[in-house]
Amino acid sequence: MLEIKNLHVKLEEEDKQILKGVNLTVEAGKVHAIMGPNGSGKSTLSYVLSGRDGYEVTEGEAELDGMDLLEAEPEERAAAGLFLAFQYPVEIPGVGNMTFLRTALNAQRKARGEEEISAGDFLKLVREKAKSLKIDADMLKRPVNVGFSGGEKKRNEILQMALLEPKMCILDETDSGLDVDAMRLVAEGVNALRDEKRSFLVITHYQRLLDHIKPDVVHIMADGRIIETGGPELALEVEKNGYADLLAKHGISEVMA
Amino acid sequence: MSAVEKMTPAEARLARVTLPEGFGPQRRAALERLTAMGLPGRRDEYWRWTNPTDFIAPEPVAAAPFVDDEPELFGEIDRLKIVFRDGVFDAEASDDLTMSGVEILRLAEAGDVNWASSLYGTLEANGQKPVVRPFAALNTASATDGVLIRVTGKAEKPVSLIYTHESEASDPILHHLVKLEEGAEITVLENGPAGARFNKLMEVDVAKGARFHHIRVQGRDHELRAVTGIFARVAEESLFKSFTLTSNGVLTRNECVIDIVGDDANAHVAGAALGDGKTGAFHHDDTIFITHDAERCESRQVFKKVLKNGAQGVFQGKILVKPGAQKTDGYQISQSLLLDEDSQFLAKPELEIYADDVQCSHGSTTGAIDETALFYLRSRGVPVEEATALLVLSFVADAIEEIEEERFRDAILTRLEGWLSRHRG
Repeated sequence: MLEIKNLHVKLEEEDKQILKGVNLTVEAGKVHAIMGPNGSGKSTLSYVLSGRDGYEVTEGEAELDGMDLLEAEPEERAAAGLFLAFQYPVEIPGVGNMTFLRTALNAQRKARGEEEISAGDFLKLVREKAKSLKIDADMLKRPVNVGFSGGEKKRNEILQMALLEPKMCILDETDSGLDVDAMRLVAEGVNALRDEKRSFLVITHYQRLLDHIKPDVVHIMADGRIIETGGPELALEVEKNGYADLLAKHGISEVMA
Repeated sequence: MSAVEKMTPAEARLARVTLPEGFGPQRRAALERLTAMGLPGRRDEYWRWTNPTDFIAPEPVAAAPFVDDEPELFGEIDRLKIVFRDGVFDAEASDDLTMSGVEILRLAEAGDVNWASSLYGTLEANGQKPVVRPFAALNTASATDGVLIRVTGKAEKPVSLIYTHESEASDPILHHLVKLEEGAEITVLENGPAGARFNKLMEVDVAKGARFHHIRVQGRDHELRAVTGIFARVAEESLFKSFTLTSNGVLTRNECVIDIVGDDANAHVAGAALGDGKTGAFHHDDTIFITHDAERCESRQVFKKVLKNGAQGVFQGKILVKPGAQKTDGYQISQSLLLDEDSQFLAKPELEIYADDVQCSHGSTTGAIDETALFYLRSRGVPVEEATALLVLSFVADAIEEIEEERFRDAILTRLEGWLSRHRG
């Protein structure tokens, strides 16, 4: 599904290397989690994969089912099935959530040579998906993310994911700013989308999200690289002992963290 | 050398002013005002950013008639249509001018109707202080036609003024009066390219408890030059609302002068201007002056400009709070979205306050498309041009929200979307 080889990335504006050789393979149907201290490059990885400006790939490659991700425009990556749930979903005043959702869905369908969805079918589809995420009609009517609580914003991200049905979902700190109930709701939304063809890359700071979204593989990222890979027990170990021992083991100074 | 050759363009223009029949004393007074103040030059404080040369020239710059290929604006709205072709009343294209609760006359045929005589030129003359507005005086003196609307009740449907343009060198001057009696309500719609050069003025007198709504769509014709004025007097507990969408047009100057003279009144002026210099020059100027001369009144100015390919936008907006106008709530925002580095926005927000218990705020911003929002939309699969269009709609939304009725907002949004689809990339 997703194959990242020796990915090196620096900031465009300043000469600062953020990713220093990331290697990662996510198989179809699997949930991989990436944990790591602040500044380890987790969010950068998600932005580079989804095509945000401001980063320069200096070495390496990333493919989604054989498609070269790094050369494609963000909208092409989306149409190919990549989805990034934002850590900070963006507010867009004056644009209704429904308009936004339909525009996105139809744009992806169009890019894949499929027919646009009719207004009636769309409404039915949205209502059905929104219901399980406890997103009410009012949230659908309001401008995109404007006046949404932290939990509502994250649920709105998952709603987009449910509608767009991507094959590779990246969740960037989806648990940040959520209380336990909100996190459970979001996790349920994610779990409902799990199947053997869809993969997830869950980026998180804390283990607690992984109690709800059970990963198959856990990676620890530090200083722009994946330094450790293991099963769910690795996340528990980090939760218990922190990152210090792991960092020391790999000779990474704690200043980075 | 003859005398004509020695004249400056302004002198030549003034020498050509003729006073049509009707409203003789008012027209003569306006001509006197105009002669005393003269036509503006670039040194005039409120013309520094907008070059008045094309408005002053004795003859208009020719403009090819514009063929509008969009669905008719307000086409689905039941309205009373009044059509002017190159400034000449088009009886065939217009509806019958009768409607319950509303008296509609044509300026050219009205003679000296009592209510109109006491209003014609009055609000324009009041609005000449402290800043002169010569093209408005020129209009009062020499307007050839217009409509005189007196509203006594709730108008059963909107009055829709439609301006069409067929002659390359037309130079229409129209002057409308709208007088709302106590508790009356009407919506006036305006749209169309009107002529090669268009000077239009509307005087609006809103009596106690009356409600006036104005929705205007101008431009669309890439070659049009227009100078317009709205002069309003707003009485106690009444509402004045005016919204203008400008898309294209070489040169547009919209002035709006509002006097709030009664307590607990509201005056809202808003505008969205979309300019693409690629299809000809685009220069758009909103010059607003709102005077609070009563207590507990609210005024709002919400202006948004979207500029690209060397388009220029100007906003000059003032709130004057007179002594005794306590509990005034004045709000003013002017913002531009520059879609490239060639475009320019100039803003002059002014507050002048002589009362101590007031709340006034103003702000002006210039910015580019929000890259984070653009990425957010693109990451959902929305192509960059479509995403940009959505963000433009997002940017102008505050101004559109000033329109009270949804059916008019929808009509404006359709026009906006049309412009965006024609001006991508």
